[in-house]
Amino acid sequence: MKFGVVVFPGTWSDVDCFHVIKDCLDQDVEYIWHKDTDLSKFDCIILPGGFSYGDYLRCGAIAKFSPVMESIKEFSEKGKAIIGICNGFQILCESGILPGVLIRNRDLKFRCEMTNLLVQNTDTVFTNRCDLDQVIQVPISHGEGNYFVDNDTLNELEKNNQILFSYSSSIGEVSEINNPNGSVMNIAGIVNQKGNVLGMMPHPERVCDPILGGTDGLKIFGSILDHFSDSVSF
Amino acid sequence: MRFDEQTLKNLSLTQYEYDLLVEKLGREPNYIELGLFGSLWSEHCGYQHSKPLLKKFQSDNPKLLVSAGEENAGVVDIGDGDAIVFKIESHNHPSAIEPYEGAATGVGGIVRDIFAMGARPVALLNSLRFGPIHVERNKYLFDGVVSGISNYGNCLGIPNIGGEIYFSDSYTGNPLVNAMCIGVLKIEELVKSSSGPAGNLLLLVGSGTGKDGIHGASGLASNTFDEEQELRPTVQVGNPFLEKILIESCLEVVASGRVDGLQDLGAAGLTSASVECAANGNMGFEIDVSLIPRRESGMEAYEVMLSETQERMLFSISPENLDYVCSIFEKWDINHDVIGKVTSREYATILENGKLIADVPINILTDAPLYTLEGVESRDIIKARETSLENIPLPQESQMRVFFKLLSSANIASREYVYTQYDHQVQTNTVIPPGGDASLIRIKGTQKALAASTDGNSRFSYLDPYIGAKIAVAEACRNISCTGAEPIAITNCLNFGNPQKPEVYYQLDKSVSGISDMSLEFNAPVISGNVSLYNETQDSAIFPTPVIGAVGLLQNVENHCGSAFENQNDLVFLLGTNTIDLNLEYFAGSEFLELIHNKIEGSPEINIALEIILQKTCRELIASNLLNSCHDCSEGGLAIAIAESAILGNKGFVANFELNERWDSALFGEKQSRVVISFHPSNLDEILSICNRFSLPFFELGKVSSNRFKMSEFIDLNIEEISNVWKTTLLNELN
Repeated sequence: MKFGVVVFPGTWSDVDCFHVIKDCLDQDVEYIWHKDTDLSKFDCIILPGGFSYGDYLRCGAIAKFSPVMESIKEFSEKGKAIIGICNGFQILCESGILPGVLIRNRDLKFRCEMTNLLVQNTDTVFTNRCDLDQVIQVPISHGEGNYFVDNDTLNELEKNNQILFSYSSSIGEVSEINNPNGSVMNIAGIVNQKGNVLGMMPHPERVCDPILGGTDGLKIFGSILDHFSDSVSF
Repeated sequence: MRFDEQTLKNLSLTQYEYDLLVEKLGREPNYIELGLFGSLWSEHCGYQHSKPLLKKFQSDNPKLLVSAGEENAGVVDIGDGDAIVFKIESHNHPSAIEPYEGAATGVGGIVRDIFAMGARPVALLNSLRFGPIHVERNKYLFDGVVSGISNYGNCLGIPNIGGEIYFSDSYTGNPLVNAMCIGVLKIEELVKSSSGPAGNLLLLVGSGTGKDGIHGASGLASNTFDEEQELRPTVQVGNPFLEKILIESCLEVVASGRVDGLQDLGAAGLTSASVECAANGNMGFEIDVSLIPRRESGMEAYEVMLSETQERMLFSISPENLDYVCSIFEKWDINHDVIGKVTSREYATILENGKLIADVPINILTDAPLYTLEGVESRDIIKARETSLENIPLPQESQMRVFFKLLSSANIASREYVYTQYDHQVQTNTVIPPGGDASLIRIKGTQKALAASTDGNSRFSYLDPYIGAKIAVAEACRNISCTGAEPIAITNCLNFGNPQKPEVYYQLDKSVSGISDMSLEFNAPVISGNVSLYNETQDSAIFPTPVIGAVGLLQNVENHCGSAFENQNDLVFLLGTNTIDLNLEYFAGSEFLELIHNKIEGSPEINIALEIILQKTCRELIASNLLNSCHDCSEGGLAIAIAESAILGNKGFVANFELNERWDSALFGEKQSRVVISFHPSNLDEILSICNRFSLPFFELGKVSSNRFKMSEFIDLNIEEISNVWKTTLLNELN
């Protein structure tokens, strides 16, 4: 399978994601410049973290007008796999591909630290290597990761099992004290209704090598590989 | 004379300097030419008072590919075709006026220095000093500075892996903000700050030039100032997004091999960038200011030449490479304009719409008058140093109370609140994160890793500037050795008061000697540095604050060591001494003495031979995979070092030593050259035999426990209790 990593001006975890796919997972991967529009050769596209266009105005607000985003929309409508990490999640929300918005952290400070994530749905492209109610450790690094969505949509997300990851304690308690940024219901990552587009604030690409203090990120990237080796298309 | 006294004063030129430049020039300058001299002959660009002293630094060392002073920074060969560059730089004066933008642009400036050499910036560090944290103004400065570093640095995708923060009365009104950046490059991609041959084109890339930061170098950084004055227009405003695009586009251009010279625009903007390039290439230049894109209208040529607008770089490109280079900048949608050319006539020639408006020989501009003064040590300081500490009474308060006071001192408490606001993991290389002695980043594609630390203790430097500087180098290197890495080079930022005062000049002189002598001892050459003088407000100077940034090389990243206790029942030893009973003189300049007795007195000491053996032994023990933790004793002494290892590992500690009557000096004395290690009991014999081989003394302290923290009969607690105090102090002070 072939991965693509989108590069907007101001993106910085492009190199980190590329490294994981190529060197830790030994898969084929290419960068996609934000002005490119032909995505036909890719099976899975990663929208990485960073500060696209400086996140001026509002995070992701300018990136959504990049030429590549029209193609990303089509790619998602075809049911192909997309994973938006941090700024990538913000861009997916701004573009309307995922519901909700990411606003400034509750305490108005940037936070870079390890978080515990309770895995709430394992029947997806992105979490099939996890166990239900398993806690994985993935770090966050953001100033605007406070997920907000209206009540009706929140009910929809719950009903459809779209909430994949919630910030929790090390034994899986989802409570305010374990919420690093004020997200509603401690939401750290969701999928769209079809289940082919994941947006998450934590950075799985930072925990794919034991020397960096964790390998739980491989559960997410590995799930994508397993999915594609099991089913050629979906 | 053409200019009045006030005009010269605004440019920080003295009458003597004016007369000198007229003599050299053979005529009176016009206003634009005067502006060039004001900036380039300032302390900030011309190093008038510091240059004669900085010559003491050893500038040649076989591991340097480019020695210090030739370029923005010396270049250190680390093998396999890789090299590193690093530098620390101050942004003190701007941060005192506008903490957020001051600190942010400090980060921006140092990062440009690094990628201007063709290196990929891989880590940021900093060193910060403020007045006491309970004062509202200092809280405002602290929060502004941390937010500025956080917002600017995080946006660039460069991990901020470490630093230090101190609070002391002497920084009230004059906070210090020193930022350091480390870059890695392939040796063949090294770019010099040179004009290249005559006929080359000068390409200005990045931000449109505005009125920000005019006279930043001559006015702000080279004078003392009073807070009342409205100085905000001299502070620049940063755009980290543009800087990120500059990094990527410039490195792409550098990788194409079509660059003859590259220089960042820092202090004194285009003036200093173009003059430095020309001087390095033994050329001249011709720039037409009308070709320089502006971001505001109504700017005079003078303002355009001296603007310190951020996020700009100056390239020297041969005409046949221009189209190719421009195509890269077009891809990144970044401004790029040819503004002039390199000439063989060694003059700075400035035109406006083709009309000549300034024409000055390069060699006069770069030949700032240097001042060597006589230093005299302050009598008050001599008295403080020579005060015997033998009569310091035992504290009235209990051991427990004193321990908690130290642990919750703003100078000792956890910095987690700060470093979690910095992205310290991006680029996925951070093996040892901030919070311990030194941080460690791996170099992908190799087995190697780099350790980095910043250090400086201004109480020691106040009491004895020569020894204080030596201790700063020793401690920065000790932090590196505690990870297993070997210190390979250092950078320094010299933060001082007004050098025209003999007492301050004395401190500067002695500090430079201390750094120079110690860098030779460690074979860690000074590859770069920065001088920040005039850190005074209303006649009150800061403590002399030489800050050392040290970088070490670890050959095998797998063999590294952290500061945290790891396993219950591990043995805990102290290296570097065979006793914990300390002479009361070891309270000299200690946190204990200031906090408990409100005194900054005594004579700090360091035994260099012992220090070097200690660090060698630590590296040998870690390379042999024998240690589970290694942490140096610094502020707060032995008790705080043990407590930090315990808290970081969320483990307890049970001492098996007895304290004598003077428990205060045993627990909180700050004798140098001591390191607390922990290890599996089965490694004991091998560890002791290595210590004996190096003739390094050691002392058994106790054992790691699950959560009981027992230092003595009177300090017997749960680890959670001390952890809580250590971790929440800074946060509570700020809220």
